[in-house]
Amino acid sequence: MPVQDFEQLFQDKIDNEVKIEPKDWMPEAYRKTNIRQISQHAHSEIVGMLPEGNWISRAPSLKRKAILLAKVQDEAGHGLYLYSAAETLGMSREEMINDLHSGKAKYSSIFNYPTLTWADIGAIGWLVDGAAIMNQVMLTRTSYGPYARAMVRICKEESFHQRQGFEILLVLSRGTAAQKIMCQDAINRWWWPALMMFGPKDSESTNSDQSMKWKIKRKTNDELRQNFVDMIAEQIKTLGMKLPDDQLKWNAERKHYDFGEINWDEFWQVVKGNGPCNKQRLEARRKAWENGEWVREAAAAYAQKRADRQKDKAA
Amino acid sequence: MNFIRKFYYGDIPEDKAGGNIVSSSSKTDWPLWEVFIRSKQGLDHKHAGSLHAADAQMAIENARDVYTRRMEGVSIWVVESKYIHASSPDEAASLYEPANDKVYRHPTFYDLPDEVNHM
Ligand SMILES: [Fe+2]
Ligand SMILES: [Fe+2]
Repeated sequence: MPVQDFEQLFQDKIDNEVKIEPKDWMPEAYRKTNIRQISQHAHSEIVGMLPEGNWISRAPSLKRKAILLAKVQDEAGHGLYLYSAAETLGMSREEMINDLHSGKAKYSSIFNYPTLTWADIGAIGWLVDGAAIMNQVMLTRTSYGPYARAMVRICKEESFHQRQGFEILLVLSRGTAAQKIMCQDAINRWWWPALMMFGPKDSESTNSDQSMKWKIKRKTNDELRQNFVDMIAEQIKTLGMKLPDDQLKWNAERKHYDFGEINWDEFWQVVKGNGPCNKQRLEARRKAWENGEWVREAAAAYAQKRADRQKDKAA
Repeated sequence: MNFIRKFYYGDIPEDKAGGNIVSSSSKTDWPLWEVFIRSKQGLDHKHAGSLHAADAQMAIENARDVYTRRMEGVSIWVVESKYIHASSPDEAASLYEPANDKVYRHPTFYDLPDEVNHM
C-alpha cells in the first residue's frame, strides 16, 4: 500500500474516534509530536515535585506534611505513567531523561517560579494543578491510546490535589491579618504564570493545525485558558481574595470573563531558561540522577547475581 | 511541509529551547516490565501499565507504589515486556476473518416464538 493510503486509513480512524495503539501504522510526524508532548508532560510532573518538595519539611502540621507528601508522590507516579506512554513510541527512558538534563527537552515553565511561603503550596494546588486539570481532562480523549489511558489514571488522582490547595488557602483566608496577606500575596504571584501555562495565544499561529486534526489536542490554548479564568474567577469569591487583574470583568454578552493581557516577554524568557529558578531546577534533577547512579548500578548487579545463582541451581 | 507550528499547552517547540549540555549516560538501564493488577478478588488481572525494574521483586514493589496507591489492587502480576508476544495489527483483518461470517454463534440469530421464556 502506498503511504498515502496508510495516511488516509490513519486519518479515517482518527475521524471515527478509533484510538491509535503503539503497533499501528502512524505518520512519523504524529509519532514525533506525541513523543515530544508526552515526554514534556512527564518532565513537568517530575520537575513539578521540586517547588512543592521545598515545603515538605516545613509544612505547618503533621497533617499538612502527610498530605503534601502524598501529593508529591502522586506527581512522581504521573511522571512514570507518562514516561511509559512515551516509551511505547520508541524513545527510551534514558534518552528522555538525558534530553531533560541537557536542556533539549522542556517542561512546564510554571515550575521555574519559587515557592516563597506556605501559602504558595495552596496557590499551586488550586491554580497550577487546576490549570493542569483543564488540559488533562481534555487529554483523556486524546487519540493516542497509551497517552489517553495514562490521563484517565492521572485525572482520578488530580482532584485531591486541587482541593487540598484550595483548602490551604481557605484556612489562611479565614486566619489572622498576616495570614490573609500571605494568602493574597501568593495568589498575586501565581495568577499570571498559571495563565501562561496554557501557552501562546491562538492568533500567534496561522498554520494548518495538525494537532487538532489528529485529535492529539481537542481544545485550543485560548479555549482552555478562558475555561480556567471563568472557573477561578468564581471560586475566588469564596476565599474573599482578589485576582491581580484590573481588567477582569464578567462579559454578559460573551458569557465569559474578560481578562487582561499576559506578559508574553516574560513567558518566552522563562521558556528560554531565564526564569527565576530554571538553573536550580535542572541542577537538582541532574544531581538526583548522578547521586542515584550507584543505586541503579547496585540493583543491576544484585539482579544479575540472583539470576546467575538461579541458573547454577538449575544446572 | 511544516505542519506543527502551533504551540499547545504542554508542548513547547524544540526550536524555542535553551542550552544544550550533554549529561552523563549510565549503562544500567533496567528492563521494562508489564504490570497486571487484580482490583478485587473474583476479577481477572488487567493490564495497568509498565515500569522499569532490575528484577521481578523490584518490579512488584514498584508496581505497588506506582499503580496501587489508592488500594486499586489485591494482587499484582509482572512480566518482562520482552516476553510478551502480540498479534500484528497489520494482519488483524485476516486473523479475525474466521469469526466474521458466523452469525449463528450469537443467540440473536435464532428466531423463537414469543411464548418461549428464559432462553
Ligand atoms: Fe500531576
Ligand atoms: Fe497534581
